Amino acid sequence: MRSITFSEATLEAMTEEMTRDERVFIMGEDIVRQGGIFGQFKGLPQKFESERVRDTPISEAAIIGAGVGAALAGMRPVVDMHFVDFITVAMDEVVNQMAKIRYMFGGQCTVPIVLRAPDGITRSAAAQHSQSLEAWFMHVPGLKVVIPSNPADAKGLLKSAIRADDPVLYFEHKALFHVKGPVPEGGDYLVPIGKASVARSGRDITIVSYSFMMQRALEAADTLASQGIEAEVVDLRTISPLDKETIFSSVAKTKRLVIVHESVKVGGVGAEVAASVAEEMIDYLDAPIKRLGAPFVPIPFSPALERLVKIGVDDIVRTVREICQ
Amino acid sequence: MVQIRLFEEKIGELFLAGEIPGFVHLYVGEEAIAVGVCANLGDRDCITSTHRGHGHCIAKGAEIEPMMAEIFGKQTGYCKGKGGSMHIADFSIGMLGANGVVGGGYTLAVGAALAAKLRKTDQVAVCFFGDGASNRGTFHEALNMASVWKLPAIFVCEMNEWASTTPYRTTTSVQDISVRAVGYGIPGVIVDGNDVFAVYEASKLAIERARSGGGPTLIEAKTYRIKGHYVGDPEMYRTKAEVQERFEKNDPLKNFATAVTQKMWLNARELDTIKTEAERIVARAVEDARSAPYPEEKQLFADFYIEDGVK
Repeated sequence: MRSITFSEATLEAMTEEMTRDERVFIMGEDIVRQGGIFGQFKGLPQKFESERVRDTPISEAAIIGAGVGAALAGMRPVVDMHFVDFITVAMDEVVNQMAKIRYMFGGQCTVPIVLRAPDGITRSAAAQHSQSLEAWFMHVPGLKVVIPSNPADAKGLLKSAIRADDPVLYFEHKALFHVKGPVPEGGDYLVPIGKASVARSGRDITIVSYSFMMQRALEAADTLASQGIEAEVVDLRTISPLDKETIFSSVAKTKRLVIVHESVKVGGVGAEVAASVAEEMIDYLDAPIKRLGAPFVPIPFSPALERLVKIGVDDIVRTVREICQ
Repeated sequence: MVQIRLFEEKIGELFLAGEIPGFVHLYVGEEAIAVGVCANLGDRDCITSTHRGHGHCIAKGAEIEPMMAEIFGKQTGYCKGKGGSMHIADFSIGMLGANGVVGGGYTLAVGAALAAKLRKTDQVAVCFFGDGASNRGTFHEALNMASVWKLPAIFVCEMNEWASTTPYRTTTSVQDISVRAVGYGIPGVIVDGNDVFAVYEASKLAIERARSGGGPTLIEAKTYRIKGHYVGDPEMYRTKAEVQERFEKNDPLKNFATAVTQKMWLNARELDTIKTEAERIVARAVEDARSAPYPEEKQLFADFYIEDGVK
């Protein structure tokens, strides 16, 4: 299978879906001339009429709100949030409007919108350009939240998100854009929303992760294998709805669980996963559940400090070894 | 207008009698605005409304019975009892919903107008909002976006002088909201919001302009909030005399009756017939809403996510 980058995979998904369905359009900041702040939309403006590839004013509330309004009026918008950090200025549009409208109006309408939000730590972008905020949206009924970790899932999940009639938040880690991997060709390749994948099988411990931390988790699993510990690595891919079945069946087998994410550990996705496992299958466990996430502090600028909030392969290996002893 | 007035008066009565849950915000005294604007719209045109939205619904053509049932929280309501007074919508006639968030409707209307532009139809989207909402940041974002993209959107400010319990002049930088249009390079017009014919004419021009690709207009309709912010509001912030004086001097329904009788379009008997018929519709809706079932428990998770999300 040919290998392409995560960024190219999302571009392929956009191109295929915009070709397939003329109701699909994209809007956001810096898309037409720049091809997206991370180049993830390069070439789209040349392929489609200008009405469907739109540069917006720096008006996040209007970008998302107009996306919701267009979805209500029969379109299938994809809107780009530039950096997820800026979603904070449009929280009403996401939480009170996008998430609630279908239910609040008794199912009269659908809200088929995709909100793409680059997130995560890259090269000292500091406190307001480095966050991973996915856990907030897992707490909001009415949204679906997907968060791919590799190019193939990036393509398949984006296509599924665009075809979904529910509003979908699509988080894409900035450090993943240049990561290469095999990606199936053809317009029919979809990855289902709400389905985790077992990225690596093992019998000794389950590592649950997603997004960029999957890269670290898989590296850690290689290291652990060389030390005689076979880790099973579960990639959540979607955090809302959470695929508890896949998590539970893995933990039932391995009896040990570590959850790894880049976002703040307190109140994070890991807390929800850990609580679910503790509630429903604590008798299976041979060791305490461990969570790895960022410390409870804003992300600092200086590389000397920034590296302290990141989870490394060594952290994962050490934690797994602690509870596998 | 008569239908809206009678509906709202009945809702106020029922709320005080404890028959309606939640809270309700009445449109009494502002009827000419919704009616004057919506008389220019078809079912394919969209509107977004506010927490004070019953009048917009009725003017856009919503049916009284499912509105009443919704306000009662019944299964037969427009939203199957999941929305209530602040969240009535009827997508079949382009009524994209009342909105519990002040200033929440602007960007939705911009999106509906954008959809019309992308599809190259002649539909328009109208956003109703109050003077209080004109101080939201979304006002700026939406009007700028609608202007720069020349969208078929019409922004109708219902200047009722009160933002909840606060007089607009103490919180708003300008006397007339319409002057803010200058900042967006679009027309801003003032109209007597208690004169349905004036509202009709002003919005007709704006809507025709929008339909023909001329872009958005900001209309400021001057009116006055006759009722409290919500039913049950003790209204400690103003005197009864002030309200009474304003209402007696400038009641949109009286203005309408005077105008049509003077022009001999309708006589007193015909006006009475309209009123009687409207009363009958409201009374029947109340009876139906009272006897309608509440949603069953199994409805809690209905009308929510689309089953598998992927088609």
